Amino acid sequence: MSDITTQNLKDIVDQVKSKKISSVELTQSYIKNIEKGKKLNAFVTTTFEQALTSAKQFDTKPNFEQLLPGIPLAVKDLFCTVNTKTTAGSNILNNFVPTYESTVTKNLWDNGAFLLGKLNCDEFAMGSSNETSFFGNVINPVGDQLVPGGSSGGSSSALAADFTPATIGTDTGGSIRQPASFTGTVGLKPTYGLCSRWGIVAFASSLDQAGPMTKTVSDCAIMLEAMAGFDEKDSTSIKKNKEHYSKNLKDNVKGLKIGIPKEYRVDNMPKEIDELWEKGKKILKDLGAQLIDISLPHTKYALPTYYIVAPAEASSNLARYDGVRYGYRSKKGKDLIEMYENTRSEGFGDEVKRRILIGTYVLSSGYYDAYYLKAQKVRQLIKKDFDDNFTKVDAILTPSTPSSAFKIGEKTNDPVSMYLNDIFTVPVNLAGLPAISVPAGLDKKGYPLGLQLIGKTLDEQKILNIAYAFEKNCGYKNNIKKWWV
Amino acid sequence: MSKEQFDYFVNGDQGKYEVIIGLEVHAQVLSNSKLFSGSATKFGAEPNTQVSLIDSAFPGMLPVINEECVKQAVRTGLGLNAKINNYSVFDRKNYFYADLPQGYQISQYKNPIVGEGKVLLDMPYGSKEVGIERLHLEQDAGKSIHDMDPTSTYVDLNRSGIALMEIVSKPDLRSPEEVNAYIKKLRSIMRYLGTCDGNMQEGSLRADVNVSVRKVGDKKFGTRCEIKNVNSIKFMQMAIEYEAKRQVELIESGKSIDQETRLFDTKKNETRSMRSKEDAHDYRYFPDPDLLPLKLEQKLIDDLKKSLPELPDQKKERFIKEYSLTPYEANVLVSEKEISDYYEEVAKLSDKKLAATWMLGDFFAMLNDKGLNITQSPVSAKNLAELVQSIKSGEISGRIAKEVFEIMVQSGDNPKKIIESKGMKQQSDPKELEKMINEILTKNKDKVDQYRSGKDKLFGFFVGQVMKVSGGKANPQLVNEILKKLLKG
Repeated sequence: MSDITTQNLKDIVDQVKSKKISSVELTQSYIKNIEKGKKLNAFVTTTFEQALTSAKQFDTKPNFEQLLPGIPLAVKDLFCTVNTKTTAGSNILNNFVPTYESTVTKNLWDNGAFLLGKLNCDEFAMGSSNETSFFGNVINPVGDQLVPGGSSGGSSSALAADFTPATIGTDTGGSIRQPASFTGTVGLKPTYGLCSRWGIVAFASSLDQAGPMTKTVSDCAIMLEAMAGFDEKDSTSIKKNKEHYSKNLKDNVKGLKIGIPKEYRVDNMPKEIDELWEKGKKILKDLGAQLIDISLPHTKYALPTYYIVAPAEASSNLARYDGVRYGYRSKKGKDLIEMYENTRSEGFGDEVKRRILIGTYVLSSGYYDAYYLKAQKVRQLIKKDFDDNFTKVDAILTPSTPSSAFKIGEKTNDPVSMYLNDIFTVPVNLAGLPAISVPAGLDKKGYPLGLQLIGKTLDEQKILNIAYAFEKNCGYKNNIKKWWV
Repeated sequence: MSKEQFDYFVNGDQGKYEVIIGLEVHAQVLSNSKLFSGSATKFGAEPNTQVSLIDSAFPGMLPVINEECVKQAVRTGLGLNAKINNYSVFDRKNYFYADLPQGYQISQYKNPIVGEGKVLLDMPYGSKEVGIERLHLEQDAGKSIHDMDPTSTYVDLNRSGIALMEIVSKPDLRSPEEVNAYIKKLRSIMRYLGTCDGNMQEGSLRADVNVSVRKVGDKKFGTRCEIKNVNSIKFMQMAIEYEAKRQVELIESGKSIDQETRLFDTKKNETRSMRSKEDAHDYRYFPDPDLLPLKLEQKLIDDLKKSLPELPDQKKERFIKEYSLTPYEANVLVSEKEISDYYEEVAKLSDKKLAATWMLGDFFAMLNDKGLNITQSPVSAKNLAELVQSIKSGEISGRIAKEVFEIMVQSGDNPKKIIESKGMKQQSDPKELEKMINEILTKNKDKVDQYRSGKDKLFGFFVGQVMKVSGGKANPQLVNEILKKLLKG
C-alpha cells in the first residue's frame, strides 16, 4: 500500500469510511512521520498518546457520517486546547495549560477529528517567517535553509511534510496565505466573523481570523465546513446558516468576472511572479471566465495602515500577560511595577516588544488622531475600494506574495523588508474579506508560488469554486523530497 | 412660606468664595451577572468565587455584553430625564494594575449610552436643577487586599467585571448640602427604578468629587481638583469643606492651584495629593475591537420608557394633588421607595392626610429612636392604618392613640385588640357623657355660677374634670359640645 500520509484529506476520509484503514493505523503513520521529522521543528507539543486513545475510541465506535471521521489533526499553537499546553510561540505562555477548548478546535473534534499536536508559530502570530517563535525556527520542507512563512509556519511545514492530513492556522495579515504560498499548499482566510475567535490567543482582534490549510482545494472546503459557524461567545461572530462548501464545490467558472487590480504589480517584484500571474489569468480565461482590469487605489496605504491598527490592538491585547494570574513570572523585582517589567522583558521576544511599543505609541494622547484614527479612516477607504469593485466582478486574482520562500536569517535584521512580504495579503484582512491562496507554480529555484483569489463578504463558496477549477487545470506538482528523513 | 437664603460660601480675607462641585458617581448596576460575563455579582461572597475565565482575562477569552445591564442603564437614563443614545461604543481604557486582569477596563469614552439629563433637588431655598452630563457603562476592577499579609498583596476578582454606571453631573452643585441632596435623589431614583441598590456601605455607590472655588461674582471657573473614590455622603461633605478651604487659602496666599487628583484621608479629615496632571495616566482609549458598537432599537427604548415605574418627582406631585399633602410631607414620603410604598399602603386603608401626619410624627420618631429603617418597622402598615382610622372615627382620641401606638411598637399587636383589651375606647355616647357632665356640674356648682357670670376661662377646668373622671377616654369634641350646651343653662 502506498504511504497514506502523502494523500489528501478527502481521499484519506474515503479510505477510513470504506474501512481500508483504521484511525489507529492512520494516526500511527503520522506519528512515524513526525518522529522522523523533528529536524523541521514544526511541533511545540505532540499529543500522541491522547491521539491514539481517541483513534482507538473511534475504531471501536466509528461514526462515518462525520466530516472528519477518525482524522488526527495537528493545529497551530495559538488555539487553546483543553489540558494541552498552549504557548502562542511565546516564553510568557511556556507553562500555560488551558482548562478550555477554542470553539474552532471544538468544532473540528465534534466533526470526528482529534488532536495530534500543537504546531510552532511566530510569537503571538507576529511574523512572516516563523523566526520569532520562542521555540525556534521552523524549516520549510521545500529546502533546509528556507523559512516556511509565517506566522502559521509550523502549520504549513507540517502539512507539506505529511505530518498532518490538514491543519488550521490564523491569519491577521497573511499568516495563512503566505505560508501556504511558500510551501505549495492551499490556505484560506475566511470572512471576518465566519470562524469564532473564542479561545484563540488574540493578536489583533479586528483582523484575526482562523482558517484551513490543506493540500487541495476540496480538502479546504471540508475543513472550512467543519470549523466555521456562529458562536454567541464571540460578539463579532456572524449569524448565518451553516454552508456545505464541500458538497457544493463546482469547477465551473464560465462567465465569472475576475478582477485584475493594477496596483498589485509592485516595484522590484520578481519577473516570475508576474509570469505566474499571467499564467493564472490565462487558465481562468481559457475556462471561460472574463478578466476585467480594476483599480484598488488605496492599496499602497494598506501596509502602513495595517502596521498601525494591528500593533495598537496587540499592545492592549497583550497587556494581560503580566505574570499575575498565569504564565511566566519573573522572580526578580522588588515591587509590582518591577515584577511587570521583568516578566514582560523576559517573557516577550523582540518582535512582540517592537509591536507593543509601536502600538502603545500610536494610541498615545497627542498621536491617536494622527495615527490610529487616520489609519481607521484609511481602512474604510480600502474596504470601499473592494466594495466598489465587487459590484463589477465576482472575485479578484492577485499573486499571494511578492516573492517565494526566503532563507532563514535573510530578513531578520530588516523588519520593514519582512513586513513587505504581507503586501498582497494585508488589504484583505483590513477589509474583512475572504481570500484563498492556491499553489500555482515553481520559481526557477524550484520554490512554490501561490496565487490569491479574493471574494466578497461571505462568498467563500465562490472563491473555493474558482480555486478548484484553477487547481484542476494548473497542473501544479510540488517537488518536496523528504530530505530530512 | 418664607424661603431661606442660600448661604454656603467660604469667607476669605479678600472676599467671599463660591464652591463649584461636580460629581462622578459610580453606581453598581443591579443585575445577576457581570457586564461581559455570566459570573454572579453577590456581595460578600468568598474571595475569587465569582470569577469566570473572562473576568480573569485568560488567553482567547472574549466579552459578550449583558443585555440586562444595558437595559438598566437605559432605565436609569430615562429616570434622569436624559437623552438615550441609539449608538454607543465600548472603549478600552488601558493601564496596568494587579487587580485589573485584562490590563484595560472596558468603558465608554466618546460615545456613552446616555447623554444629557437633569435631576431636581428640593432645597430649603427652593427647587434646584442639576444637569447630568452623561451616563456610561463600564467594568469594575477587582480588589487588592494589602493587609492580609505583611509582604504580599492579595487580589480578589469577585468585583472584576461587575457593571457600573458612571453618572457625571455638570458642575452645578454649590454646597455640601446640595451634594447630600443630589446623592440622595440619585439613589432614590435608582432604587425606585430597581437599577442600583444604592448601598454605600457595600460600595454599590461611590463618587469622585470635583471641587473648585471662585470669588462670588466671577464668571470663570477656578482650577479644579478631583477627590477620588469617596464612599459616604458624610465623607464627601467633609472632603468638600476641607478642599474648598484649602483652595481659598492657596489663592489668598498668592499661590496657584494645581489640577490634580487627591485622596480624602478619613482619619485625618484632609485631602492630599495622589498624582498631578503631569503624572496622569495616558489611558490610550480606543474602541474595543472585541465588541461591536451598541445599537439600540428605538422600540426597545420606548418599551422601557412605558414600563418605567412612577418616580419620586411624579409621585410627589400625585401625593400633593390626590392626597392634599403639603409639598414638605410629600417630599419626605417619596424620598425612599420603601417609605412611599409603606405610606401608600397605610393611606389606602385610612385617612390619607392623617396617615401622613402620623408617619411624619410619631412613626418616624419611633424609627429614628430605634435606629431602624422602614422595612424593619415593628408596626405594620395595616396596623398603622387601623390606628389612624380609630382616631378618625372618633373611637380613640389622639392622646390615647399615642399610648396605643407605644403598645403596638412593643408588642406588634393590632390596635383594635389593644384598645379592646385595655378598655381604651373613647366614650362617645352623648347620653352617657351628658350624664357624667351633669354630675360634675352638680358637684361644682360654685364654679358653674362663676362661669355663667363671665369667667370664660373656667371652661378648661370643666374639660379637665371630664377627662379625669373618664380616664381620658371621653371624646373631646363631644365633651366640648355638651359642656357648652349645659353651661348655657
